[in-house]
Amino acid sequence: MSSFRKGFTDGIPIGLGYLAVSFSFGILAVAGGLNVWQATLISMTNLTSAGQFAGLTIMLSRGSIIEMIVSQFVINLRYSLMSISMSQHIDKSMNLPRKLFYGEFHTDEIFAVGMGRPEKLNHKYFLGVIIAPYIGWSLGTFLGAVCGEILPAMITSALGVALYGMFIAIIVPPMKHSYKISIVVAIAIALSLCFNFIPLLKNVSSGFSIIICAVVASIFGALVFPVDDEKKESVADNDNTKGDKK
Amino acid sequence: MNWLEFLKYLFVMAGVTYLIRVLPYVFMRKEVKNRFFKSFLLYVPYTVLAAMTIPAILFATGSIYSAIAGLLVAVIVALFEKGLLTVAISSCVAVLAVELIQKFIL
Repeated sequence: MSSFRKGFTDGIPIGLGYLAVSFSFGILAVAGGLNVWQATLISMTNLTSAGQFAGLTIMLSRGSIIEMIVSQFVINLRYSLMSISMSQHIDKSMNLPRKLFYGEFHTDEIFAVGMGRPEKLNHKYFLGVIIAPYIGWSLGTFLGAVCGEILPAMITSALGVALYGMFIAIIVPPMKHSYKISIVVAIAIALSLCFNFIPLLKNVSSGFSIIICAVVASIFGALVFPVDDEKKESVADNDNTKGDKK
Repeated sequence: MNWLEFLKYLFVMAGVTYLIRVLPYVFMRKEVKNRFFKSFLLYVPYTVLAAMTIPAILFATGSIYSAIAGLLVAVIVALFEKGLLTVAISSCVAVLAVELIQKFIL
């Protein structure tokens, strides 16, 4: 099988998954006051879930540019680690212009399938692997945004919860397998509640409060429960647990 | 939102995200070995998503009751380790069910 075909095949399940997640992003974006094209444009230029969602929150609350920069930096910082790992896993065909282009498409899932390949990857693999995820992510947002504009409020309000549902689906299973993740997540939630309900703290804008909650809880985790392996699964594995991971 | 304001945010958002991905790809030669930093980054996705979900999900629907139903159902289905889509759809159905009950029965 050619590198392109391998990549394309690897990308298809990712693209289908993205279609669903970005659909709910589109719904939320339109519910918040963006138009269909603006919602779609965000997905076409960012290709992140948590980062985009935080960015959307900041946009809609008319947050500051500093807030936007800091939030995107912190939330997407993990991509730099992925890019560094990926740079060890590519062959000579990945020259500078290609790196500048394909680097944009490093998402958690594309990174995972790429690194899962035993061989060093060439540019044709990347060309293949990005197609379905990129189309899925952009098209899903577009469809979600269009539906958000035409469906009745009760339906969109129910669909709006879908993105949170997916976030919960990402957070809960690792918590089940790792007390470390559970504690760190609990701290983030406790802080987040403080920032939403305690006077004075309530005045901190939503973008900054997300960053503060995430950074403080993660620093606590890194200090108290440091992890050795680079793989995400390792936190759970350290607890001697099993579990099928995506 | 007007386009000028929107594009200002979009440019910053997409720009920062792009640079975070591409600069290390082009310039870094060695793996990051720092244990603290790696652990920190491992926890970040979970803490970010948790802080974004709670308490925001409680105000994301038509009423707080439907939101609580959506949250509880999502957590329960997620505990059974069903896929993303199953969790999300169950949550939506719970929200819709509670809102329909509130509208037509109560």
